[in-house]
Amino acid sequence: MTAVAETDLAEAELIEEPPRSNARRVVRRFMRNRAAVVGLVIVSLFVLVALLAPLLAPFDPLKTNWLTVRKPPSAAHWLGTDDLGRDALSRLMYGARASLMAGVVSVFIAFVIGVPIGLLSGYVGKWFDGAVMRVIDALLAVPFLILAIALAAFLGPSLTNAMIALGVSAAPLFARLARGQTLVVKVEEYVEAARAIGAPHWLILTRHIFPNTLPPLLVQATLSIATAIIAEAALAFLGLGQQAPAPSWGSMLNTARSFLVQAPWMAVWPGIAIFLTVLGFNLLGDGLHDALDPKDE
Amino acid sequence: MLRFVAHRVLISIPTLLVITLVVFSLQALLPGDIARVMMGEEADPAALAIIRAKYYLDQPFFLRYLRWLWGLLGGDFGESLRIRQPVAPMLVDKLPVTLHLAAFAMLISLAIGIPAGIVSAIKRGKAWDYSANVVALSGISIPNFWLGIMLILFFSVHLGWLPPGGYVSPREGIVESHLHLLMPAFVLGAALAAAMMRHTRSAMLGVMRQDYVRTARAKGLSERTIILKHALRNALVPIITLGTLQFGTLLAGAVLTEQVFNIPGLGKLIVDGVFNRDYAVVQAVTLLTGLGFILMSLLADIGYFIVNPKVRTNTL
Repeated sequence: MTAVAETDLAEAELIEEPPRSNARRVVRRFMRNRAAVVGLVIVSLFVLVALLAPLLAPFDPLKTNWLTVRKPPSAAHWLGTDDLGRDALSRLMYGARASLMAGVVSVFIAFVIGVPIGLLSGYVGKWFDGAVMRVIDALLAVPFLILAIALAAFLGPSLTNAMIALGVSAAPLFARLARGQTLVVKVEEYVEAARAIGAPHWLILTRHIFPNTLPPLLVQATLSIATAIIAEAALAFLGLGQQAPAPSWGSMLNTARSFLVQAPWMAVWPGIAIFLTVLGFNLLGDGLHDALDPKDE
Repeated sequence: MLRFVAHRVLISIPTLLVITLVVFSLQALLPGDIARVMMGEEADPAALAIIRAKYYLDQPFFLRYLRWLWGLLGGDFGESLRIRQPVAPMLVDKLPVTLHLAAFAMLISLAIGIPAGIVSAIKRGKAWDYSANVVALSGISIPNFWLGIMLILFFSVHLGWLPPGGYVSPREGIVESHLHLLMPAFVLGAALAAAMMRHTRSAMLGVMRQDYVRTARAKGLSERTIILKHALRNALVPIITLGTLQFGTLLAGAVLTEQVFNIPGLGKLIVDGVFNRDYAVVQAVTLLTGLGFILMSLLADIGYFIVNPKVRTNTL
């Protein structure tokens, strides 16, 4: 091979190979982690159930039937029925929609509010950073669930308001993380170089800093979905989330509490569904963290 | 020491002020006029005017905030709209119940989390370690209110061993009181025990790699002495700090636990406040948990200052 060809090859590797091989390495490392794959499978299954609920659910989740009130699991109703004779399995499948949507949407809200604030705070620095961080510290001082309950109380009980309350309550966490990552990335040589060639601040922030702060933010987002699903179920359990008759796992548990002696199965299934989904997201988040962490190299 | 505490108190003041502003600003989220929310849509205009004047609702937001803040400094947390009485005595009445529950939960989480974390670190990579990690991950993933319902179902409804809920003051009988609190405290402490186990494991693994542990081994000390006297003592500092900071999380978790077990504490107070549209109560409990967190982090810092000579030298 000639020297020119060798140089060309080396350049091509420099230009093309690293990102592709890096992504491949992350995927390979993730797939080698059995717990992470289990997490991915659990989450995928619940997402599929939520998406295909109208096709998979054996009964209408809202249809009451006075002849099947509080029936234990049977061939007709695999997971039994509730206090109004509705099929528990169908309600569980439709409930997955509310829970997963609440988890994803509230984390999206937290991400959209928190990350730009954190990026700006870390990038601008000085008094602006100091002031923003005092506000973030104050918001982090109030426990996440209490803040969400207070916000939901003032906004009014509904699934949308619960998602807003959870998103706003989780935003400070993303702001703090994004700010910390920005402080690390903004002193990197490629950012200095972009600044030296006169790139505007918004371009430096969006093109150079933001993409490099993403891996830990994605890990946090995955873990936060788990927290948000539990928190939404908690708000619904308290009557501040999804309102009757629409099903959600938290509100199903709230109803089940009144029939513990007569119909214990009503309390079992929604809890198992929440537990498995949250476990799935936790395993997935831990797996992503390990796969993206360069310290493991 | 005094200088450190004074400095730490001073830097907490801006955070405290922002918390008060955030909590007061919650009012702005109410759809429409606060007086109308309090009196109902059909309220008489004269009655609305009286309410607006009584609660200074006709004044600018920031002036109302300053007035409210001034009241807080004098221990005035506002007035409950439902029972038309000051909120402060209600907080004084309910706080000990929640603190009792949270303290018992903390004790349970320490008693489970620290030994499990130590054994997990010592038996790293073995069956015990994997099982402990699975249990810990499950502890973090189980919604505590569901765990509470399941425990009531099994231990109260099925076996009839423990009371399904309620609260008995320790003054009325210490054993009876803690029998009532056993399930709620376990439920509340389960997630924290899982977190404690993970942190203890990772702190112990970090400490076991240190030179002084290697030296202790080279001196021929028994493994038991090395773990208990050298490793654990050093690993405990960050664990206790974490425990102190997690007290706020326990207070938040108490909201659900108190609801499930029907315990008349702060959690039940805030939930009742939400459903009775008693906004002063909601604000007061939110504020109190924020203040509690600031106080606990202050105590954690002071504790860290006392036990860690490195921090002492660097600060003074």
